[in-house]
Amino acid sequence: MKVSLFATCIVDMFQTDVGKATVELLERLGCEVVFPKGQVCCGQPAYNSGYVKNAKEPMKKMIEAFEDAEVIVAPSGSCAFMFKEYPKVFKDDPIYFEKAKKVAAKTYELTDFIVNVLKVEDVGAKLEGKATYHPSCHMTRLLGVSESPRKLLSHVDGLEMVELPNSFNCCGFGGTFSVKMGNISEQMVDEKVDCTLQTGADYLIGADGGCLMNIGGRMQRREENVKVMHIAEVLNHH
Amino acid sequence: MSIKYNDQKFKDNVEENLKNTFMRGAVVSAQNRLRTGRLNAAEELGDWEEWRNHGEEIRQHVLNNLDYYLNELADNVEKAGGHVFFAKTPKDATDYIQQVVKEKNAKKIVKSKSMVTEEISLNEALEDIGCNVVETDLGEYILQTDNHDKPSHIVAPALHKNAHQVKDVFVDKLGYDPEKPAEAADLARHVRSILRNDFLTADVGITGCNFAVAESGSISLVTNEGNAGMVTTIPKTQITVMGMERIVPTFEELEVLVNMLTRSAVGQKLPSYVNVITGPRKSGETDGPEDFHLVIVDNGRSDILGTDFQSILQCIRCAACVNVCPVYRHIGGHSYNSIYSGPIGAVLTPLLDGYDQHKELPYASSLCGACSEACPVKIPLHELLLKHRERIVEIEGKAPISEAMLMKAFSLGGSSSSIYATGAKIASRVISPIAKNGKISKGPGPLKAWTEIRDFPAPKKERLRDWFKEHEKGSDKK
Repeated sequence: MKVSLFATCIVDMFQTDVGKATVELLERLGCEVVFPKGQVCCGQPAYNSGYVKNAKEPMKKMIEAFEDAEVIVAPSGSCAFMFKEYPKVFKDDPIYFEKAKKVAAKTYELTDFIVNVLKVEDVGAKLEGKATYHPSCHMTRLLGVSESPRKLLSHVDGLEMVELPNSFNCCGFGGTFSVKMGNISEQMVDEKVDCTLQTGADYLIGADGGCLMNIGGRMQRREENVKVMHIAEVLNHH
Repeated sequence: MSIKYNDQKFKDNVEENLKNTFMRGAVVSAQNRLRTGRLNAAEELGDWEEWRNHGEEIRQHVLNNLDYYLNELADNVEKAGGHVFFAKTPKDATDYIQQVVKEKNAKKIVKSKSMVTEEISLNEALEDIGCNVVETDLGEYILQTDNHDKPSHIVAPALHKNAHQVKDVFVDKLGYDPEKPAEAADLARHVRSILRNDFLTADVGITGCNFAVAESGSISLVTNEGNAGMVTTIPKTQITVMGMERIVPTFEELEVLVNMLTRSAVGQKLPSYVNVITGPRKSGETDGPEDFHLVIVDNGRSDILGTDFQSILQCIRCAACVNVCPVYRHIGGHSYNSIYSGPIGAVLTPLLDGYDQHKELPYASSLCGACSEACPVKIPLHELLLKHRERIVEIEGKAPISEAMLMKAFSLGGSSSSIYATGAKIASRVISPIAKNGKISKGPGPLKAWTEIRDFPAPKKERLRDWFKEHEKGSDKK
C-alpha cells in the first residue's frame, strides 16, 4: 500500500526521530511511504485560536498536497483530526469542499492505520521496562481512536504496561492554550507528571507530538527521570 | 448580584484562586466523585448514547418550536389559575416581582435554588424594598450565611468549601456548638432546625424551574433536600422564575430529561424529590399557594436563538461539563467571574453579558473536548468555544495585535510550501544558538511563555523532509 506521510510540522521540525520511526515502521510493515513535498502545517494553531481565514491558506496547500494520495497517515491524532474537520471548514467553498471530503476520508492516525487497515497488532517491537500511556484528548475523544494504541503496546515484547491514574484529564497542552493560559497549563501538566510518577513507569508513551512536547518539557524542567516517547518510536524499537 | 462577580481581570482572578489550596482540594475530590458517579449511573441505563441522542432531540425540538410551546405553556398556566409574565430584561422581571411582593405586603421570602434569579439579581432587588430573603437550599444557605459568598458551581454552589470551613461559618454565625463534629448530617440538622421557622413564617415562596411542562402548564423542581416542597406548599404566594428555554412539551419528555439530569449531575437514578406544581391551590386541596406567578425570563436568550450558538440553550444545567473540566479542576468556579462557571459558563457568560468583561473565557479551555463528551444533551461545547474565538478575532476585532500579526505570518508561511520550508529553516537558525544540550530553557518572543514553565526542544539541524530525501535515495539503490 502506498502511504502518503502527513508528517505534521512539529515532527518535521522538532521531532525528526518520530518521523523517521514512522517511516521505518510503515516500511517494515510492507508499505511504500512517500513524503508529499508541498505539505506545510495543517492550520490547527490558527484555526483553534479563532483565525479561521488565516488558517484556510495552509489548509488549501495541504489539500492540494494530499488530494491524490492513496491513503494519508499521520503520527498524530490531533493533526489527523484537523484533516477530518476540513470539510466543515470549507463547507461553503464549492471547490475545496469536495476535495476536503476526499482528503478527510482517506486520513488515518498511525496506530489506527496499523490496527484497522493493515490489520496488524503485533509489529514485532521490543522494549524492556515499565510504561504508561497518555491518551491524548483529540485522538481519543474527537478522532475516536482509543483502543488501537493500547492493542499495539500490549504486544511489545518486554514492555509492562501500567494504567495512568486520571488518564482522561488533558495534559494542559491545548496548542496556544499552553502559552496563553500558562499558569493554568502549568497546573494541568504538573498533575499529569505527578500521575505518571505515581505509576513508577520508566516510559510515558503518547501518540501526539504536542502533548509529548508539553509533558516532556515539564518533566525535563522538573528533572524527573521518566523517558517520554512517541508510540512510533516504541513500535519501531526492536 | 448580577452575572458578573467583580471587575478584576480574568488573569488576576485565576492567580488569586490558584493560591486557594482549600478550594482546590475540595474541587478535585468533588470532581473525582461526581465523574465516577455519573459514569456509573449512565452505564445502568444501558445505551447511554441513545439516551443522549434522545435528550438532544427533545431539546432541539423545543428550541425550534419555542414560540409555540411558550404560548401553550402560558395558556395552560392561566387556565390553571396562575399568572404569567414575560420579562424581556432582568429589570422587567425584578420590577414585576417587586410589585407582586409589595401588593402582598410581604416581608419574609423563602427561596429554593435558582440560577436564573441570580442572573437577574433578584435577592438584591427584594432586599432593596425591605424584604428578608432566605435561601433554603443548603449550599446557597451556607453562602448566604457566609457574608454572601458567591456560588462556584451551578449545582453545588458551595462546592469550594469543605466541611470544616462550613462548620467555622456555622459556629461564627449560627451558634453551632464548636464541640460538635464537622459532619454533613450534623451541620444539615442544625440548619433544618433554623429553616423550619422560616418556612412557617414566610409570606412568599420563590422557586426556579427545572422544566416547565407545556401541555399542562406545570412547573417541575428537582431537589434532594425537600426544601422546594416547603417553599411551594406553605407560603400563600408562589413566584416561579424560569429561563424561557426551560420547557418540555409533555410529561413523557419530562421523565426522560429528569432521568438524565440527576444521573449527569450527581450520579443518582432519581432525586429525592421531584415536585410538579400546576397553578395555585384548587378548592378542596389542602396545601399550595393561593396565588401563583410564573415569570419567564428572556435576558438575551431570544438573541441566541437562530445563531451559531443556539445549541447552548439545550442546556439542562446538570454541570456534567463542569465536573469533568480540567481547567475548572484547578481554577475553581470563582475564577470565571460569573454565576455560570466551567465550560457552560465560558460559552454562556459572554453571550448573556458581552465580550467586554468576559473575552478571556473562551480561551480558558485546552479544547480537550471532555465537556462535549459529558454533556447529556450533546451540546458541542468545545466547538462553541471555538466559535467565540472566531467571533472575537474576525468580527469583534478584539484579539491582541501581536497575536494577529503572528497569525498573519503563519498564514503567509503556510500559503506556499517554499516560504514554509525557508521559514522553518530560518526559525531553526534563529532558535538554535539559544539551545543548550538540545533544549531551550529560556526562550525569547513567543517561546518566553512556554519556557517559563517547561523546556522547549531545540529544532533539529536536519528536518524530516531533508532526511526523507536521503532516505528515498537509499531505498532507490536497494
